[in-house]
Amino acid sequence: MSRLSDHNVLLAREIISRYPRKKSALIPLLHLSQEQNGYVTHDAMKHLAELLDITPAEVIGTATFYEMFKFEPVGKYVINVCQTMSCALLGSDALMHHAEQKLGIKAGSTTDDGMFTLEPAECQAACTEAPTLQVNYRHRYRVTTDDFDRMIDDLRAGKLDDEIPPHGTLGRNRQHIPADRFVGAPDPDDVHEGPAWIPVSVGDN
Amino acid sequence: MTTAITREYTPGFYEGDRPKIVTSRFEYEDSHTLERYLATGGYEGLKAALDKGPEAMAGEVKASTLLGRGGAGFPAGVKWGFTPQGVWPRYLVVNGDESEPGTYKDRLLMERDPHQLIEGSLIASYAAGLSQCFLYVRGEMPLAHERIAQALDDAYAAGYVGKNILGTDFSVDIVLHWGAGAYVVGEETALIESLEGERGMPRLKPPYFPAAVGLYQQPTIVNNVETLANLPFIAANGSAAYTAIGTETSPGTRMIAISGHVKRPGVYEIINGSTTFRDLIYGDEFCQGIRDDNELKAFVPGGGSAPWFLPDQLDVPFEAKEASAAGSMLGSGAVMVMDSTTDIPEAALTLTRFYAHESCGKCVPCREGGTWLMRILERICSGHGTDADLAQILEVGQSICPGDMPHAPSQRLGLGGVPFPYKMTTICFVGPSAYAPVHSALTLFPEEFEARVVPAPKRVSIPLAVAGS
Repeated sequence: MSRLSDHNVLLAREIISRYPRKKSALIPLLHLSQEQNGYVTHDAMKHLAELLDITPAEVIGTATFYEMFKFEPVGKYVINVCQTMSCALLGSDALMHHAEQKLGIKAGSTTDDGMFTLEPAECQAACTEAPTLQVNYRHRYRVTTDDFDRMIDDLRAGKLDDEIPPHGTLGRNRQHIPADRFVGAPDPDDVHEGPAWIPVSVGDN
Repeated sequence: MTTAITREYTPGFYEGDRPKIVTSRFEYEDSHTLERYLATGGYEGLKAALDKGPEAMAGEVKASTLLGRGGAGFPAGVKWGFTPQGVWPRYLVVNGDESEPGTYKDRLLMERDPHQLIEGSLIASYAAGLSQCFLYVRGEMPLAHERIAQALDDAYAAGYVGKNILGTDFSVDIVLHWGAGAYVVGEETALIESLEGERGMPRLKPPYFPAAVGLYQQPTIVNNVETLANLPFIAANGSAAYTAIGTETSPGTRMIAISGHVKRPGVYEIINGSTTFRDLIYGDEFCQGIRDDNELKAFVPGGGSAPWFLPDQLDVPFEAKEASAAGSMLGSGAVMVMDSTTDIPEAALTLTRFYAHESCGKCVPCREGGTWLMRILERICSGHGTDADLAQILEVGQSICPGDMPHAPSQRLGLGGVPFPYKMTTICFVGPSAYAPVHSALTLFPEEFEARVVPAPKRVSIPLAVAGS
């Protein structure tokens, strides 16, 4: 059951319709399939290939380039500890070491109960708040070892469920373009004229 | 003195008594809502642009000399003018894939004021005749996704985006697009590849200059988030109001993130062109000095890719030409500060590891060279390096950046500088970025490397006669 659900197929079609060429929707759809299953399954990739009129090889070719896509099950919470410059200057090594001790796993692996995957990560665009980490890509700033322990306990106890959805869900809301306001995304090969608001005589300066 | 009134809901940001162009709403907790946006002059710039007409609006942006804020610092108005005549459709791609080490500004602009970015995108589309806009947001920024998705829904419903905007014949869709974790996609041609559903590998220029041959091989304008966030101000107040701030060659303001060993790391909107690194690191309204009152050892002036500066360069202002002359670049507005306790080879390794990891693998000098540099540095840092490794670093570097590599002058070493930029054998800047930090570290702090290495063992060859006789 890891093809897209009927509900998600409808969503997928809505997303595809926004792009002049279908394949552009591939990365958003990979996210959608990861949201459904927690990781990107082989069946889902075949299904995406059908939806986009491309080959499964093209899907996996693109998918494997991007670090956010996982191809085997990961924890409900993926914890990314930033290891890049500003965080490294302010103790990210020690934080990572502590995280490994607390969770009892090495970076790059998942706890036996399937709750946590620990990963080293790169710059998270919160450099002034070092050291930082992300839980399912939600930021945590200036993390001390005590903060880390408390966060793990809270996650286990479900206290952060409102704030942090399970792995795979990026945004909890998504863009919806109302049909009556949508301009449309024609294939560029079918467009030969400039936009209406550009005067023909002066539009090309 | 500045206050930190907005820290609760804008982590890292500090206000100041300085002109505000892109952070004017950060003081409001609900700055991301349409209601607040409209109550604080929102979409007035769009209306002004619609009154002016596309040509006049494009002229206004050109007159403002607004420089791109993504790293290269190219004038936005000039970039728009590179689209070939009579080729339609044209697209706008908003580069929200902020991931340069040290850079923390576009995420704030997207999370805290998404409507400003939307309005900027609309103004750009209107002025340059772009019929669809894709807002590419880095995957690891779900809050930005949520806020922008909500803002777009509200803006569509209120008639600011979509068909016949505000009752005119101007119609444009803005599509929120999700990235998925790849630093190199911040490069504009890689961004376009990614937006076409491909692996995010940069395209060769020429022929793939996006303005001529971009998304779906059509003319495409790729602009950074902060660049576009400046447009509502320019449209509403005119280019003269914009150029009145900052200097002639670097007008307006800039978002700068200063991190590392300073007392008050933060994101600041500074006056462009005249603010110096000394102001930023030691100024009361900025970082207030080095932590524990330590000595400053070195700093990265413009994101992880930039060659490093020394205390000698503290009085260099935030002006592109002056930074180049001093041997580095301003890049994406990220300053990372290292105090006297910093282990320089380790710091260089951290950055080189990042770029080696993020190489897309298309160009050999970057794919192989970055990894070589990382391994050599790892060897040195773990105490197994030899003096031959130091020569090897420079040799590998020559295959990525042939010729003189830019670096800052050092009074302490009696060393003259080499001005920016470098030559490169790769398509994009990831390769040179793997080399720049280790080159700076080795050139400016040679003693720290020499102390870590032992003499290379002499190669001994066994004479053939011994074996044969």
